[in-house]
Amino acid sequence: MKYAFPLAAVIALVLCALILVQIPGMQYLFGVVIPYLAMALFLGGFCYRVIRWGKSPVPFKIPTTCGQGYSLPWIKHDKLEAPVNVAQVVARMFLEIVLFRSLWRNTKATVYAGPKLTYESSKWLWLFGILFHYSFLVIIIRHMRLFLDPVPWVVSFVEIGDSLLQIGAPTMYMTDVTIVLALLFLFGRRLVNPQVRYISLVNDYFPLFLILGIVLTGILMRFYIRADMDINAVKQLAVGLVTFSPTIVDKISPLFYTHLFLVCTLLAYFPFSKLMHMGGIFLSPTRNLANNSRMKRHINPWNPEIKPHSYAAYEDEFREDMVEQGIPVEKELPSQG
Amino acid sequence: MYDSGKIIPGLIIFVLFITIPIWYNRGGGTEPPQPVLPKDAKSCVLPVAEIRAKHMQLLNVWRDEVLRDGQRAAITVDGKKYPKSLMLNCMKCHTSKKQFCDTCHTYASVRPYCWDCHLAPVE
Repeated sequence: MKYAFPLAAVIALVLCALILVQIPGMQYLFGVVIPYLAMALFLGGFCYRVIRWGKSPVPFKIPTTCGQGYSLPWIKHDKLEAPVNVAQVVARMFLEIVLFRSLWRNTKATVYAGPKLTYESSKWLWLFGILFHYSFLVIIIRHMRLFLDPVPWVVSFVEIGDSLLQIGAPTMYMTDVTIVLALLFLFGRRLVNPQVRYISLVNDYFPLFLILGIVLTGILMRFYIRADMDINAVKQLAVGLVTFSPTIVDKISPLFYTHLFLVCTLLAYFPFSKLMHMGGIFLSPTRNLANNSRMKRHINPWNPEIKPHSYAAYEDEFREDMVEQGIPVEKELPSQG
Repeated sequence: MYDSGKIIPGLIIFVLFITIPIWYNRGGGTEPPQPVLPKDAKSCVLPVAEIRAKHMQLLNVWRDEVLRDGQRAAITVDGKKYPKSLMLNCMKCHTSKKQFCDTCHTYASVRPYCWDCHLAPVE
């Protein structure tokens, strides 16, 4: 029942925005004050988290390798799985970030009678994971039409591509369908797979429900509950926000403010959640370090500074005591007088 | 801080990227659209708020009814008959595509595919 509390929290957020925004004057709070606060929290929190990570030392060189390391010339080196230089690390990181390569290796373990343990490749998580992330990216780029004036061609291009099927009016977006499917899979996986269900926490479910709430309110106001949905009023508010001259021009549907409030919640929550893997992926020592510990010495930043102390210097320091104790010395004490 | 030479530029790029709308709009943006309303007609097939929010859905329903189901009968609103047609009904009052349709559509980057089949009025 770990999903009950986050689900209730998201429903409470929806109701809170839906009801409060109908009180006269509250549109300014939900349309202007909260978005600014959320964005400030997002940017500030994000930088704070990344700088804090940057301050933590990496005592050991710990790249995870899963291929042949650099060795003798006649042994084939796996450049992506055991990178030894910056270029190879960059290539590996790029493919990890853009194609989620490590998820591609996801396996499913099953125990059969016998008992017999089998592992098989399970690419569903990779498929729906990548579907979710790219759908979200396309949706964010598409939304820039409401923030940028005039709308640049890149945004229009993405939008045309996304609504290429020309189903209905307003036209259906393919990413709206794929993101809902992907979110339902990512949630269903946490329910159905017993191991994943066991390790799933409230902070795993909450972002899923929150993003699903954002997506559903967005779909509802675009396609189904269009009352008071004046897109130009929305755009004037959005452009006003980014030019720091916000105005609430017209009466906009409470559903819009609910959508906006959930987005603000996501922005404010982002830096303090697991969603920080967006920045964290770049700072993972197991990914961004080169597997070159035999070629380049990795100095532990924790190491105390130990100065070399040769035997000659040691004898210089303790010669008098050594002579006094009758310990043989290499260099005698200077003769007296 | 370790690797500040890489992390700080990365963070700066991230912040600049997120704040693109601020840099892009720093001129203040254009004025909100002012579509030119017809002078002689006083009523539409739906009240203003509704036609503003739902005209695309209405046109889509009309398209399906007329072209796919062959239901060409005119609709009656307040005793007045309106044909289910973009060109013969809507464009009769809103004669200019440029001064009416396009003002809002360009502002909000909406590209209706009406004009894939219909011929836009020459302006």
